[in-house]
Amino acid sequence: MSDVQHAIAARVARHLKPGQVVNLGIGIPTLVADHLPDRGSVFFQTENGMLGVGPTPAPEDVNPNLIHAGKLPVSETPGASYFASSASFGMIRGGRVEVAVLGALQIDATGRIANWALPGRPVLGVGGAMDLLVGARTVIVATTHTAKDGAPKIVPECAFPLTADRTVDLVVTEAATFAVEDGGLVLTELAAGTTLDWVRAHTTAPFRIRETVR
Amino acid sequence: MNTRTPPSLLRSPHEAAALVRPGHTLMVGGFGLVGAPLTMIEALRGQPEARDLTIISNNLGEPGRGLGRLLLDGKVRKAVGSFFTSNPDVVRWHAEGRLEIELLPQGTMAEAIRAGGAGIGGFYVRTGAGTALAEGRETRVIDGLPYLFQRPLRADVALVRAGQADELGNLTYIKTARNFNPDMATAADVVIAEVDEIVPVGALDPERIVTPHLFVDHLVLAEGTR
Repeated sequence: MSDVQHAIAARVARHLKPGQVVNLGIGIPTLVADHLPDRGSVFFQTENGMLGVGPTPAPEDVNPNLIHAGKLPVSETPGASYFASSASFGMIRGGRVEVAVLGALQIDATGRIANWALPGRPVLGVGGAMDLLVGARTVIVATTHTAKDGAPKIVPECAFPLTADRTVDLVVTEAATFAVEDGGLVLTELAAGTTLDWVRAHTTAPFRIRETVR
Repeated sequence: MNTRTPPSLLRSPHEAAALVRPGHTLMVGGFGLVGAPLTMIEALRGQPEARDLTIISNNLGEPGRGLGRLLLDGKVRKAVGSFFTSNPDVVRWHAEGRLEIELLPQGTMAEAIRAGGAGIGGFYVRTGAGTALAEGRETRVIDGLPYLFQRPLRADVALVRAGQADELGNLTYIKTARNFNPDMATAADVVIAEVDEIVPVGALDPERIVTPHLFVDHLVLAEGTR
């Protein structure tokens, strides 16, 4: 994972509060756990049936029956529990997961996201992305500000298929943080070393600017 | 005191695989290969009657591993699951028109299996409303929000992977190898549980039993290590 991805994860980690139940998506969101001042202060839930996910174990401690949703080995924290898939998604849809941190391909001007399919390609994978988006009480998007080819990801309308009709709560990139308020995006923070002009040039969706942001 | 010895549920993998008939719908536990009944999947490969199968499973294994092997053997007609893109063989077979796919959000799939096992005729769910997966689906507005109707899922045979069984067929599970297995064990006409060990009745702490024995028809011992 690159420095930019870690920078995004560190910016997201500041929004998590002790005691929260948090589900981390695959990719940049997975890195968020590494940037908490105290990893044990939040409870990580994984969709494949575990609450209390611990860090990557040392090679000699890997248990082949203990993985997270990205199918990589994890460890067990004190107080951890296991449950069936139906119960796991009952928690997720039932609003018991307080924060989901998800990646995104695109974010539209109202805060809806596309993160599960590409246009014109056969749709063969969705996993738990839609469930997390409709069910988590707060959804934070962790994404690079632009795509690999430099194209803006925060756009007036998503060209890619939407993941849900629900809007997210916060969009965090390496350059900026946007809150979703009153049906639109509000720039609430600029990362150190980023200018408002840069964000304007790389964001095609309209957004308001919080007074505290220069 | 009841001292009857229960009739043995233990079958060889070959005997259990012979219960699968052409055109059957199978539920197969596992999240990727974790919690997948790999011994039973291997036994199906040598079973000519196990063909034209519809497989309900979160994924279709990995390239050449687990259910991915059954696919390459040409035994799978249709797959119902939530995430197939991790196996490029599935993507290729689908593109070549050799495999039908029904994609469900993972939580909707799990709940449809639970419903199938619990005598529920379907349910309405928020997940997927307003997305491409809502096309052609019955929608109902409940308390101002759109929900999608989802039918229950059932199978002819479920292949589940558990940890320990007792001789009655009570099952325990191991860590995240539990996943879809307890739900699938409730939702098929015939349930075959692949386990590490079979212990005498009474040897399992009743508080540890996740799947009560009334759901389980046959037991198979897993071959090799997990």
